[in-house]
Amino acid sequence: MDKFLTVYADKCTGCRLCEQVCSVMHEGVSNAAKSRIQIVKWEAEGRYIPMICQQCEDAPCQNVCPVGAISRDKDYGFLNVNYEVCIGCRSCINICPFGAMNYNQTTHRVFKCDLCGGDPQCVRFCEVKAVDFVASTVLSAQKKREGATRQSEAKKNTGRRRRTRIIPNRDTSPTKGRRGFKIPPPLVIAV
Amino acid sequence: MALDRKIAYIDLTTGKIEIKPIPLDVRKKFIGGRGLDAYLLYNHAPKGCDPLGPDNPLLISGGILTATCASATARTHIMAKSPLTGLLGSCNMGGFFAPEMAWAGFHHLVIKGKAEKPVYLWIHNGEIEIRDASGLWGKSSTDTQWAIRKELGDEDIKSAVIGQAGENLVRYACVMTGIKNSGGRTGMGCVMGSKNLKAVAARGTMDIKIAHPIDALEHNKKFIDQITSAKVNKTQGTLGTPFIWGATNCWGGVRTRNFQYNQMEYADEIEPEAIDDIATETIGPHHMTGCFGCQVHCRAQYKIQTGLYAGRYDEGPEYTSLGAFGGEPDCKKAETVLTGNHLVNQYGVDNLEIGSMISWAMELYELGILTNKETDGLELRFGNDEALLEMVHRICNRTGWLGNVLADGGIPASEQIGKNSFDYLIQVKGMNNLHSDERATPGLALNVATASRGSDHLRSRSAIDLYHLPENVLRKIYSSPVPYDGPLSSEHTEYIGKPWQVFWQENCYMAVDCLGICKYHTVFLGATLPNFEDWPKVIYYNTGLGFTPKEIWDVAERCNNIERLFNLREGLTRNDLKKGDTLNHRYFDEPCRRGAPDVIGARIDREKFKVMLDEFYEHHGWDKNGVPTPDTLERLGLDKEPTHLL
Repeated sequence: MDKFLTVYADKCTGCRLCEQVCSVMHEGVSNAAKSRIQIVKWEAEGRYIPMICQQCEDAPCQNVCPVGAISRDKDYGFLNVNYEVCIGCRSCINICPFGAMNYNQTTHRVFKCDLCGGDPQCVRFCEVKAVDFVASTVLSAQKKREGATRQSEAKKNTGRRRRTRIIPNRDTSPTKGRRGFKIPPPLVIAV
Repeated sequence: MALDRKIAYIDLTTGKIEIKPIPLDVRKKFIGGRGLDAYLLYNHAPKGCDPLGPDNPLLISGGILTATCASATARTHIMAKSPLTGLLGSCNMGGFFAPEMAWAGFHHLVIKGKAEKPVYLWIHNGEIEIRDASGLWGKSSTDTQWAIRKELGDEDIKSAVIGQAGENLVRYACVMTGIKNSGGRTGMGCVMGSKNLKAVAARGTMDIKIAHPIDALEHNKKFIDQITSAKVNKTQGTLGTPFIWGATNCWGGVRTRNFQYNQMEYADEIEPEAIDDIATETIGPHHMTGCFGCQVHCRAQYKIQTGLYAGRYDEGPEYTSLGAFGGEPDCKKAETVLTGNHLVNQYGVDNLEIGSMISWAMELYELGILTNKETDGLELRFGNDEALLEMVHRICNRTGWLGNVLADGGIPASEQIGKNSFDYLIQVKGMNNLHSDERATPGLALNVATASRGSDHLRSRSAIDLYHLPENVLRKIYSSPVPYDGPLSSEHTEYIGKPWQVFWQENCYMAVDCLGICKYHTVFLGATLPNFEDWPKVIYYNTGLGFTPKEIWDVAERCNNIERLFNLREGLTRNDLKKGDTLNHRYFDEPCRRGAPDVIGARIDREKFKVMLDEFYEHHGWDKNGVPTPDTLERLGLDKEPTHLL
């Protein structure tokens, strides 16, 4: 299966619902520390980035595992940890460039995203679609169109100063509000 | 399990900490959150205690559903005797603090005593430590949070803190968490400051076991779909709460110039869409952010564009900031609203209260009751943006005569200013009103007059009154879980049926606060949103505890009654202008001057209001003076209070 979890970080509202449902789905408990997806925050600047396993083709976790406990699932293409084989050395945590390999402090095991068997709950619950489960080809086509639209817009505006924001023509006359609502003039009986 | 979260008793004077489980029968009786806080306050606060003294217990809690697999369980509730009103002090904030506290093992904190020097509490996986906060004293609300993270070396710590306003004992200081989430009303930050408690920091990685995880997950999805399908929530998620301000202003329900008018003119620059443009320009098209587990994402993010604070990041402004720094003082610049919002967040002070106080002072200045002598030369006129922001600094730092006086809250300030200044103070029970004008809506006026924590819209506002819903729709909402066959009216200018609506909403909001979820997820702004009938399943799937809708209603009624008992014990009487269920005379005497045809000329009728209040008491099972009758107390199992179960 070609679909993968992709993140649109600019859309994330930082609500952490994905963390909540992920831990409930996999562990039957609500505990953000046991979620496969984690939102990293820069609260002072209002930036939130969801971090999740990218199911890499040439996966460092798989490569580094000294006992070969990590293998690729045939049906869904995610990387799976075989706990029968895993010795708990945590080399995979150390090597993952995304910090997507996690450690369960209760069971003392590593754990990672398994795409919820093809129906990722983080995607299902994310209302703003900051995480999505799409095929690479579909995503690539979508990105192409977005890029092309930008170029097309730029071409349209050739010869003019490029405007990044359209400033609506504001009517400042006292009888008309911005959205066309009529605001009656003050009554004279006032004061 | 959510039910195994503990209650901790912390004595800051002796440093003693005691941790206890919360018995199941107490849960059944009070559920948690605000309800259990009300019980604890009634039991632990000695009668007539000094709100700023060591005896006043500060209660911090999450609801029973906090951090479980239910939606928007982000709310932290804080309660104590209020230093602003001398009655019930109670506030509620979103953000991420309560879930973190629940993961750290606690649902309720009872903080008593007073520390000798500044301290903060560090709650971590079942343990509580009192730590030195000398290095944090004097820091702003956000700086305090970042400093705690740095000190303890964990970027995921969530803290409830006070800013400089709380340290300076401004009577309406907030408790803050995150950038802008604030437990704003009734001055709980001031109580923290009086205890030398700078912050409560929490970090937890303890499981909250879900009783029926798959059911909870599936039901949560349905719940969320119901919530996100409401148009009102979609609008909230685009413009934030200012959208209400914009709509209300067009209609003529925004209080401006300290109640002189009910509509702001030339408000183009601070209309919600204009603020949205600024946020889009400074942060990007997706500039909304949410509290824990909430899909409504009603908080806007922005950067201040111009002026002294240009480039600063903040969140909001909410409805109240537009009122406090726009409508009320009649200031029309977006920069003023955004800067004012930033200042109150940093100082940690209630934007609603400070905006009202300054506008009140502006009216007094224009009337000549305050002069340049009192304001130290400041031209405190309506529409003077610089004076408005200067007063925010003065109040929070208690500088200058007027700054110091206004920091004491409305009624003490009116006593110090003298003359007839009290007549112009738009307050109920000593707390200023929201920046909305309820003269055209008797139901909402009744809500403001009777709210347990003083003038307030989040205790019992029947906001859907304004939608003119057909009577059968209203009947469907308002006659469950308790049957009601009395009159109901779709007309917001009517007096009939409103007492029941306010009574129903009072119980609904209490239930929401006990569960620990947000009011945007119930019948507040959207009539289709979940209420009593929808909650039993959520509670059962998440905690395993069985409730019927009627049982939840009973709990809410019980908790509202215990809040009433507390207020009565601390001196509430029906007709007291300073401590009663009454409105400022301007509601009755001055008609609305602007707005839609159904608003112009509207005012509250004294006689009809009295009848409405009588009926409201009757629904509660209270006598004509607003005191619960012995039968009511027995029915609710409150006849032996205080029982000291916890």
